[in-house]
Amino acid sequence: MSTDVDANAFPSAATDGLVMGKDGMAALVDVLIGRGFTVIGPTVRDSAIVLAELRSADELPYGWGVELEAGRYRLRERSDGAAFANAAGPQSWKSFLHPARVREWSADRVEGELVLTADQAVPSRYAFLGVRPCDLRAIAIQDRVLTGGAYRDPVYAGRRSGALLIVVECTEPGATCFCVSMGTGPAAGPGYDLVMTEVVDEDGHRFWIRGGSQEGAEILAELPARPADPETRETARAGVTAAADRMGRTMPEADLRELMAGTLDAPRWDDVAGRCLTCGNCTMVCPTCFCTTTEDVTDLTGDHAERWRLWDSCFDLDFSHLHGGPVRASSRSRYRQWMTHKLGTWHDQFGSSGCVGCGRCIVWCPVGIDITEEAAALHDWTRSGTSDGAAS
Amino acid sequence: MSTVAPPLPYRVADTWAETADTRSIELAPVGRELPSFAPGQFAMIYAFGVGEVPISASALRGRHGGLVHTVRAVGAVSTALYRMRPGDALGLSGPYGTGWDLDAAVGHDVLVIAGGIGLAPLRPVVQAVLDRPAAYGRLAVLVGARTPADVVYRDEIESWRGPARVEVTVDRPAPGWHGAVGVVTTLLDRLDLRPERTCAFVCGPEVMMRHTARALLARGLAPQRVQVSLERNMHCATGHCGHCQLGPLLLCRDGPVVGYDRVAQLLLVREL
Repeated sequence: MSTDVDANAFPSAATDGLVMGKDGMAALVDVLIGRGFTVIGPTVRDSAIVLAELRSADELPYGWGVELEAGRYRLRERSDGAAFANAAGPQSWKSFLHPARVREWSADRVEGELVLTADQAVPSRYAFLGVRPCDLRAIAIQDRVLTGGAYRDPVYAGRRSGALLIVVECTEPGATCFCVSMGTGPAAGPGYDLVMTEVVDEDGHRFWIRGGSQEGAEILAELPARPADPETRETARAGVTAAADRMGRTMPEADLRELMAGTLDAPRWDDVAGRCLTCGNCTMVCPTCFCTTTEDVTDLTGDHAERWRLWDSCFDLDFSHLHGGPVRASSRSRYRQWMTHKLGTWHDQFGSSGCVGCGRCIVWCPVGIDITEEAAALHDWTRSGTSDGAAS
Repeated sequence: MSTVAPPLPYRVADTWAETADTRSIELAPVGRELPSFAPGQFAMIYAFGVGEVPISASALRGRHGGLVHTVRAVGAVSTALYRMRPGDALGLSGPYGTGWDLDAAVGHDVLVIAGGIGLAPLRPVVQAVLDRPAAYGRLAVLVGARTPADVVYRDEIESWRGPARVEVTVDRPAPGWHGAVGVVTTLLDRLDLRPERTCAFVCGPEVMMRHTARALLARGLAPQRVQVSLERNMHCATGHCGHCQLGPLLLCRDGPVVGYDRVAQLLLVREL
């Protein structure tokens, strides 16, 4: 797939788009499966909307919304039957592109020689159905982190290069969402193969769908859809615009990178450290957190060993281990590392913020720590005058 | 390709003791050879079934022409490497990281300051300067160690005397020690430094590097003339695992060698 396609290069059906009903959504899943994709999308499981393999569009969370607050996530039935009127669930697409557990290679001891063998697992070709604009940006950020530098992570690159991204614009932000602050939503940015906006009103339940790549346009051509009428387009656009005005959270209007660099000694870090359990939930649910550790395992013969790569968290005491002990022994320093990296030093390392405003870290924090509230407190501290000399 | 390249198989060609808990191991490729290392760059060394650690090359061409690493037995992997004997197999990948900027020192006096095993990644610097004496000004090597028995490369250090000014100090002297006692920065006072013409290369424990760098600045060296080699927990060496962050830096990618001007403020922040 191509991520740098000018939408104007496609015929009017692509720019003005098509409109399809639920039958079109059903056909879309069938077409994707028929083209050999493993379709991953939202579905209801374990009292949450999770991302899982879909065999048919019937498995989409039609009629389910979510209620989000700091430290709280609940499913809520909707009367309108919408499939995508639910904000971010606990998972993100990194579970598929940058899996939590990967075997990298094996080592065998054969007659005194060390035989090292690369893992030959062939990744699925994924179609991600229902990518949020914030998560689309998160994928672009992970692209840059894992494939944009001198070294490419081959596991990520292999899974990413074949992935088809079908974005659904956001019309139902949660109370913990702040994508507008981060410039990542609720309208879709570039990089998708297909984008759609869900509309449910007196004229029916339908999806305004547009292509963003050659492959997306080809798939679009196979769907039972009609040219988009101006009313549907307007209603869809209005829904997205309204979503922008309904964000539950906002980041302080400050240069967050400067704010983080200038507040490393702020007393607020002691305050948040008193609440933070250093459980690492925020890093697990974050769609851009990429840190990993390695684990070397041997079997009972002692002649076969494997190298595994696992997700890791900067909240783990071992994360900064050096002989003599961890560099970041206190919870204060570990929370500070996570937040200053996400909002600040990420810019230095990878040229963008590491935060997309999805709000997952707020929702899934067991004690409800809120990154926007912490940023606001730091911002207030720099303006209160108590920071003279320390925040320069 | 969507597979992760495993390390290349290497074999221990030779190994010898440096101190009671430190050995050097010289490595030879079994098949394909890694690209050549620059002074200050590091390898990830894999001990079968135990794990992998980042270790800077302590000599680019050893007695048998191979790459040399000096390991102190402090953890599971380094202890496994410490115990290796000629013929043992291990895995090697690299070279990784940014090494010492020796080009910046051409035409300058070179000041090498090491704490403990921090001399290991600096030894290629000394060798490079000794190999091309006309390219550099005066060479001084200052070494600090806990006790006289903890001084690595003792014979080689002696051989540097003459072409280089060499000073060694220890924290705790032992019977028979006639040299200096005290932290390595005290040795600086004995030097006739020409700050505007000097490049300093510093490696050792972080607290030692911080004090040394400040002492050098106090003597008039510009911060960018002071290079330090920093250590953090590294798992991937490719900027992808996140463990080696020091504020804005990913030390496996942006280091381990960095100009003190880039890290002076960062090193002042506790637990960064």
